[in-house]
Order: sequence, then structure tokens, then C-alpha cells
Amino acid sequence: MSDAVLQIEGLEIQFPGFAGAVHAVSGVDIEVGAGEIVGIVGESGSAKSVTAMSALRLLPKGAFDMPSGKITLLGKDLATITETEMNEMRGRDVAMIFQEPQTALNPTKKIGKQMIKVIELHTELKGKAAKDHALSLLRDMRINDAEEILDRYPFELSGGMRQRILIGMAFACSPRLLVADEPTTALDVTVQRQVLQLLHHKARQTGASVLFISHDLAVVNQFCDRVYVMYAGRVIESGKTADALGSPAHPYTQALIEALPEHAKKGEALSSIDGTVPNLVKPPTGCAFEARCTKSIEKCIQRPALKPIAADKRQVACWLKEAQNV
Amino acid sequence: MSNHVMQLNDVHVRFPIGANWLGRPKGFVHALNGVDLTVRRGKTLGIVGESGCGKSTLAQVLMGILNPTEGRFSSTADKEAGVQIVFQDPQSSLNARMPIWRVITEPVFARKRTSVAELRNIAVELARQVGLREEVLDRHPHEFSGGQRQRIAIARALSSDPDIIVLDEPTSALDISIQAQILNLLTELQQARGITYIFISHDISVVRYLCDEVAVMYLGQVVEKGPVEDVLGAPQHPYTSLLLESVPTMGVAGDFGQPLTNTDLPSNRNLPPHCYFLDRCTFAGSECRQAQSLSPVGGEKDHVARCVRATSGDLNMREGKENGAC
Repeated sequence: MSDAVLQIEGLEIQFPGFAGAVHAVSGVDIEVGAGEIVGIVGESGSAKSVTAMSALRLLPKGAFDMPSGKITLLGKDLATITETEMNEMRGRDVAMIFQEPQTALNPTKKIGKQMIKVIELHTELKGKAAKDHALSLLRDMRINDAEEILDRYPFELSGGMRQRILIGMAFACSPRLLVADEPTTALDVTVQRQVLQLLHHKARQTGASVLFISHDLAVVNQFCDRVYVMYAGRVIESGKTADALGSPAHPYTQALIEALPEHAKKGEALSSIDGTVPNLVKPPTGCAFEARCTKSIEKCIQRPALKPIAADKRQVACWLKEAQNV
Repeated sequence: MSNHVMQLNDVHVRFPIGANWLGRPKGFVHALNGVDLTVRRGKTLGIVGESGCGKSTLAQVLMGILNPTEGRFSSTADKEAGVQIVFQDPQSSLNARMPIWRVITEPVFARKRTSVAELRNIAVELARQVGLREEVLDRHPHEFSGGQRQRIAIARALSSDPDIIVLDEPTSALDISIQAQILNLLTELQQARGITYIFISHDISVVRYLCDEVAVMYLGQVVEKGPVEDVLGAPQHPYTSLLLESVPTMGVAGDFGQPLTNTDLPSNRNLPPHCYFLDRCTFAGSECRQAQSLSPVGGEKDHVARCVRATSGDLNMREGKENGAC
């Protein structure tokens, strides 16, 4: 366990509301090893972002309850460290990339100023040395006229360019963990390909771990070493990407992959998942997917635990699998 | 001409930018630069391209909202009722203050005097067709999920009994399982009513599933068009191939070789005199220094591409490709 960069155990997060608390995350275990690219994939409302935000302690104080769970980031228990210590870790040891590169950059400051500030804050480099470092980061991100870009404002740049700058900034202090929350969702496919290539390249080069959050199965499939599939605030399946998405064991993962348009011929109906996600104010006591599952059995009214079914951390939370294994 | 519902001949659209002291524009944004398209009755025409390629301007021309600056646009459909549109974001395209039966019947209400009872009947019938229950008709848009809102938007588009529906990225804001439901609904409606769809999307797998014909756009021009199987199966224009290669697919390992270097579109203020794709093209030669025209590929009349190398029979261009670097 010592080489895990991030370890989340039994995490539960609730958001209080007038109609009762929303049980956004209920019992999630996630582990990111050193140098590993780990994906969290799920549809909207599956709490993939909330899980990732909690790993960096980015959820606003007072807006949520955490009845149980332990988060260990780089060997430190997040419950015990102060906000000052956390602030020092963010940006230096852990960095985050968001979906919308427009809102993540300060619109009133030039790119150069923002980048140099980050570098000066977290490293020994100052002045000219910091600027040179910023330039080399931009060149690594295949930005041709880096010198000129430093002198521009964010609004003058395209979305792909902004996202590349943010990735460059995220790697400014050689972080050990990078959390990327839907980093390419707002980008065009050719730009997405470039951004993913650069991110992959840079992560492998510096040995940083990446926690990659996406709703796009195909992107996760190509980008991640290992993947967690989330549904309604729970991890329902995990394992090496090729196993978990290549031969999914959970009916939800299976149905999700079936529903992709590339699996149907023209004119044939697509297989879709009937129904909607459960209301998380009153989360189901059994399996969260039971109501929509075509294969549900009697036992599914009890909640299945995430159990290993094969080597390489391959796990699934489904009674059907359990019955087969016994 | 009988089975052609819309025809665009060399359509140009440009928007003036800025004004000098005489009030004359300082320059133009060239959004569409000579689009030739034919929309066939009862078929689905896909329009693919990345941001800035003029897809949405084209949608506005097809809707009759925007008149071409140059060129000819003719349509057999009734100008008001005959063409309807479904937008990408059902959150912002439905009036939040109206109950949904009013939202659905707005196109009818706006055009002819109709009693409330009659409007209500129309709403009930349409709601049934798109898979909404009658009881929900008095609710407001915020009470629905994204997929249901998109059903409401489709019902509204159907209410004036249009010949053509322009679908502007109708599923890109939806989850995969919901996307499958909406695509199935669109297919059913087309079979039942014989509507013509113009499907604007950046999602190649959805286009491949839904469309009969496809036009690939780049910088305000159609660079390749033809039957879906031909264009997406054996792309002839280098941009189409790049686009297809960039789409992440399940079960295929990611390409993390050399990152793409240039993903920016040329400026649409000053159009390049040569092929628009020249700067990003790996096969560019001296013959690409002049403007390209759409010509048939091989002997096929339907499949056309705007690339001198593809149409002159030099189809072995793929061999010159180096390791994904485009």
C-alpha cells in the first residue's frame, strides 16, 4: 500500500438539502498507484467529480457531510492536515485540470504572469529562471510561439490552446498526482487527440500518476491503465481497462457499452437502458442498478460488495458474479 | 428535383466585423465559403466538422433565419412551418416559464388561431409519440431530466408537422444510455412520418449510425460528401481521415506516439488562396497551392472530395503517412 499516491477508503459524502440529504457518494474505495493512469467513468450524477474533488479537499466547507471515509494523499491523512498544509500540497504535489479551460484561467491576467506566479510560489525558481521554465513547459505542450503566448490574455487563445497551457501549468512543479476532470470534453476530436497525447506523454515522462475522470467510455478505454466504473455514487466495477471495458462483468457496464452507436447497424434499434438513475435522497438499500437491470435476481435487494473476481485488482459489485464464482 | 427538398448552390455567408469612421465594415468573417448541398426527401443528411467550420451558420441558412450573402438556397418546404430545429441544450432552448404543453404547441399557437382545447389535444398526441406521459404536460421544463427535455424539444419540432427537422447536436449533452433512447426515437419518427433530417454533429459514430449521407465541413466548405458508408468507410480527403483517426474507439489501443503538432484552423478573416487544409496536411504538394474544387472520387458520382490528390486517382496517399503525425 505504501506506493499508492492516493487512497480513498469507504468514502461517504452527503449534501444536505431541504428534501433530505443527497447521498452523493456511498462507500467508495479508490486507489491510485505511483505512475498509474486511473480512470473514473460514469454517467452524470454518478459522483465521479465529487469523489475526485474530495481527494483534493476541494469541496466547499459546510456544504457537505462526510460521515465516514478515509482519504490518504501521498501518505498523509487528509483529515489530520491543516488548510495551510493542504494549500501547499495543491499545485506542488497534486494538480488539477478542469473541463472548462476558459474558467480555470484568470481572464484579467496575461498567461505569462499566471504561469510565472505558480512557478514562483511553489518552486525555488524566481524571475528569469521562472520565465524560462514557463517557456519550456509551453514548448513541451507543442506551443510553437511560446514567447508570444506568454504575453497574451486567455480570451485570445483557442480552447485547445488554453487546455494545453493548463496542462503545462499543472506540470510546472512536477506533481506526483494530477487530477483531470473531463479535460477534453469541451474540445474537438482532433484537438482532444492532441491534448490526450500530450498529457499521456508528459505523465509518463515525469512519472506522475493521473486520476482521469470522464463520461466518455472510448476515451477512458484508450487513455487509462485501470478504470473504476461508477453508478449512483458507488463503484460497481473496476480493473485493468482492457478487462473492465473489454469484457465487462457488471450488467450496467455491459448495457452502457451495448448502447454505444458503433455497436448497432444502421436501421437497427440501439439497445438502451430503460428507466433513470435512482433518487439519491432515498438511495436504494440494495444494488443501485437493480431497478434498471434486466438480469436482477431476488438477492439484488441487498447491496452487493465490491469483490475481486480475478487478478490485477479486477473487482465487481454484483450478486450474479458472486453466484457464479461460488 | 422532386425528391430534393433543399438545394444549396455555392452558398457564401460572411459577417461584417468592426466599422471605420464611415460605418463601413473593416473586414469580414467568412463563415461559409461556397457550400453545395442537396437534401433528399425522407433521408438523413449528416453534417460533420469541428468548431468554427460553419456547421451552425449552415443550420441557420437551412432554417431560413439567415440569407446567404452569395449563392442560391432553394427549399420546397414551407418557410415557417416546414422546417423545425432541435437544439443541443434542451435546458436553454425550452421556455422555463411555460408548462410543457404550451412549449410543445408553441409553433402551432404562433402560426394560427387555435383553441386551448385543441392545442392541448395536439400536445397529448405528440407527448405520446415521443414517449412522455400525459400527466406530465402541466409541469415546467425544470422538472424534467435532460433526456426528457430533449423529448419535449422533439415534440415541439413535430408540432407544426414539418417536412424537415434540423438536429443541431441533439444528443451531445446527454448520457450514453439516454442518447440511445433519443436516437431510437428519432429513427422511429422518421419511419412513421417520412421526415427529412439534417443531423449536425461532431460525433462520428452517431452519424455513421443515423445518417444516409454525410458532408464533412472544414472552414466553411464541404471538403467531402457522399453516402455514409463511402465517406466514413473509405475517406478520400486527408481531413476526413484525420477526423476519423482522432475519434477514440472502444477496443482499440490509444495512439500515444508523436503528438499532433498543428490543430488550429486557419483564420476565417483572410481566407487562404490555396487549399484550406494545406497547413495541416501531410500529403501537400505543389498542386495544393491552388484552390481546390469538389470533384467525384473514382467513378462514383455521389462521392465527392475537395482534394486534387484524391480525385486524380492518387489514392495511395495513406502510404506516405508517418506514424499518425498529421
